[in-house]
Amino acid sequence: MSNALKNLLYKMADDALIIGHRNSEWTGIGPMLEEDLAFSSMAQDKIGHAQALYKILNEVLGEADPDTLAFKREEKQFKCCQFVEQPIGEYDFSIVRQFLFDHAELIRYDMLTQSSFQPLAQLAKKVKGEIKYHVMHADTFVKQLGNGTEESRARLQSSLNYAWHLSLGIFEKSEFENELISENIFVGEDELKKRWQEKIIPILEVANLKVPATDESKIVYGGRKAFHSEFLKPLLDEMCEVVRTDIDAEW
Amino acid sequence: MEIQEITEQQIWLALENVKDPEIPVISIVDMGMITGIEIRDSNSAQVTMTPTFVGCPAIDVIKKNIREEILKLGFEEVEVKVDFETQWTSDRMKPSAKIKLEKFGLAPPVMLNDGELTEEQLNKVRCPHCHSTDTTLRSAFGSTLCRAIRFCFSCKQGFEQFKPI
Repeated sequence: MSNALKNLLYKMADDALIIGHRNSEWTGIGPMLEEDLAFSSMAQDKIGHAQALYKILNEVLGEADPDTLAFKREEKQFKCCQFVEQPIGEYDFSIVRQFLFDHAELIRYDMLTQSSFQPLAQLAKKVKGEIKYHVMHADTFVKQLGNGTEESRARLQSSLNYAWHLSLGIFEKSEFENELISENIFVGEDELKKRWQEKIIPILEVANLKVPATDESKIVYGGRKAFHSEFLKPLLDEMCEVVRTDIDAEW
Repeated sequence: MEIQEITEQQIWLALENVKDPEIPVISIVDMGMITGIEIRDSNSAQVTMTPTFVGCPAIDVIKKNIREEILKLGFEEVEVKVDFETQWTSDRMKPSAKIKLEKFGLAPPVMLNDGELTEEQLNKVRCPHCHSTDTTLRSAFGSTLCRAIRFCFSCKQGFEQFKPI
């Protein structure tokens, strides 16, 4: 069971760390001050969530300490989905990604509040309250821009079309899926995906956006099995640059 | 001379001296961040705390300050544990802390009473400067993780609110 748990915690923590790093790339260049602050704050939240998950891996499951897990692993050891690796692009892509990703996060943590693995259930109760603000932020801007000008709607729609099959990669299963479900650790990716779609589709309709058709063959899988896009390696190189200058330095 | 035992009450009092560095007017006790105190023997004690936000960058400073305050009481060993066994919500903040927050210029969080955050709760916030409730949410994210940015239509000033969470 501990391998199944580790796999679940790694993929969640890696998603949070990488999306957190991407969010932080808006610091200083947000389209307006409030959005600069919003993406910076969400970055800080996400990296905090990653740290708390790595801490459980360390203290309960015997993995290395959080700093080692975040900064001293190779690309091939990461379990994040390829969706979070994508560059921030223009603001429309970042807000669409935030919308699709954070709705899935909120439902995932909500489900995990019932997990049989207590340390995760306790953390989930806390994290859920924070992610609500992230979802609220995404909903506000998706609705505003979707109902804004012709250009804002068109940009949002085109980002949504681009993001759709990437976002479905969030729900890629691991070989431990059945074990996680039977041990009551997690309800499962299929159920999560179902509830996610039920939640986001009505909002996209209010936002005057067309839900892209799903082509199973186009869903971007791989991340959960450590096959990554060309974007993860450069991100890790940048994120770990300082640590790598002196790997044993004391901070 | 008899050595007097240190009581749990004394530890609570000592912790009143530890503030959240991001809100220096309120102690971590008033914030509701302390979830457990255990005196193991006359030499060692353990304090358990839970952070307001998971990614709060002030946690290490707070831990250090707690340790120093408790050591001053005469303990030789002090362990400060951070966990989520009890999860912090803004409802844990004492009423007196909320008054101090408002005086500090930060609108206090409304009570959630275990319920979901509603739009109404987000919009009925009193301006800490002129006390009008004719205010609006400008951004759910502010200068620290725990703050939102609001605007008051009555006194035409921006202000910050401690987010209900």
